[in-house]
Amino acid sequence: MFIEIIFYVFAAVLVGAAIGVITARNPVYSALYLVLAFFTSAVIWLLLEAEFLAVVLVLVYVGAVMVLFLFVVMMLDINIEELRKGFTRYAPLGAVVAFVMVAEIVNVVYVKRLGLQALPASPPLPADYSNTRALGAVLYTDYVYPLQIAAVILLVAIVAAIVLTMRKRTGQKHQNISRQVAARREDRVRLVKVAPEKRE
Amino acid sequence: MITLPHVLTLSGILFAISVAGIFLNRKNVILLLMCIELMLLSVNFNFVAFSRFLGDIDGQVFVFFILTVAAAESAIGLAILVVVFRERRSINVEELNTMKG
Repeated sequence: MFIEIIFYVFAAVLVGAAIGVITARNPVYSALYLVLAFFTSAVIWLLLEAEFLAVVLVLVYVGAVMVLFLFVVMMLDINIEELRKGFTRYAPLGAVVAFVMVAEIVNVVYVKRLGLQALPASPPLPADYSNTRALGAVLYTDYVYPLQIAAVILLVAIVAAIVLTMRKRTGQKHQNISRQVAARREDRVRLVKVAPEKRE
Repeated sequence: MITLPHVLTLSGILFAISVAGIFLNRKNVILLLMCIELMLLSVNFNFVAFSRFLGDIDGQVFVFFILTVAAAESAIGLAILVVVFRERRSINVEELNTMKG
């Protein structure tokens, strides 16, 4: 009963935060609502006994991805009013599509033949059970190649992000160290023979 | 007691909200990226719930990989966004029509 109450409270907060993300006037508020959504999701994942993923969600998403979002939102000088044109025009259509999707999903989930309600949760795990250990045991044996591929994907993402945003500013003066080091005396100094002039 | 349909319904509602968000904020690329993050979160909810109720940890491994790919995707998306803004001084989707796609 207690767990149910926690679930419902945090589910309500999560849905509210998601609605806040899509309706907030300022993108900064949207990003902060998204942070709230990730935190509440982490709590619900804790209830579902996915402790490691809950912590990873907070660390990776709130700690890294959302900070990135906030940086970009605050760095770009965007005209919010211009971007919000047509917001109310498409609101009814969006609401209808969302409602139809929820109706379909609820319809599928609560069909008696699937028997999803009857699916009991696995018995409570022993106190010394470590979710992280169990996940690691699978991740580094059965899924070791996908893990390597994921690492390569992250590396490619780092390289791509840096290469995309790197730019050569024009009209700036800067040192070229290698040319400086490679310079020889002959390149810089020219000895000129000057014919002596007669004194008048 | 929480059952599987509870979590599936929650994730369905979350997904529908993010689809509605794409309809509402068609012009703002940042908001579109955030809606995609929300969608991925709702999909992850499904994986975690099924992993719990089927007693199989493989679902959580998939969530792990989805988180990895989503982080990479948002990093590259934001990098592209910064470059586009530098070129065009705008992130309005309707003005990004150079490729005539």
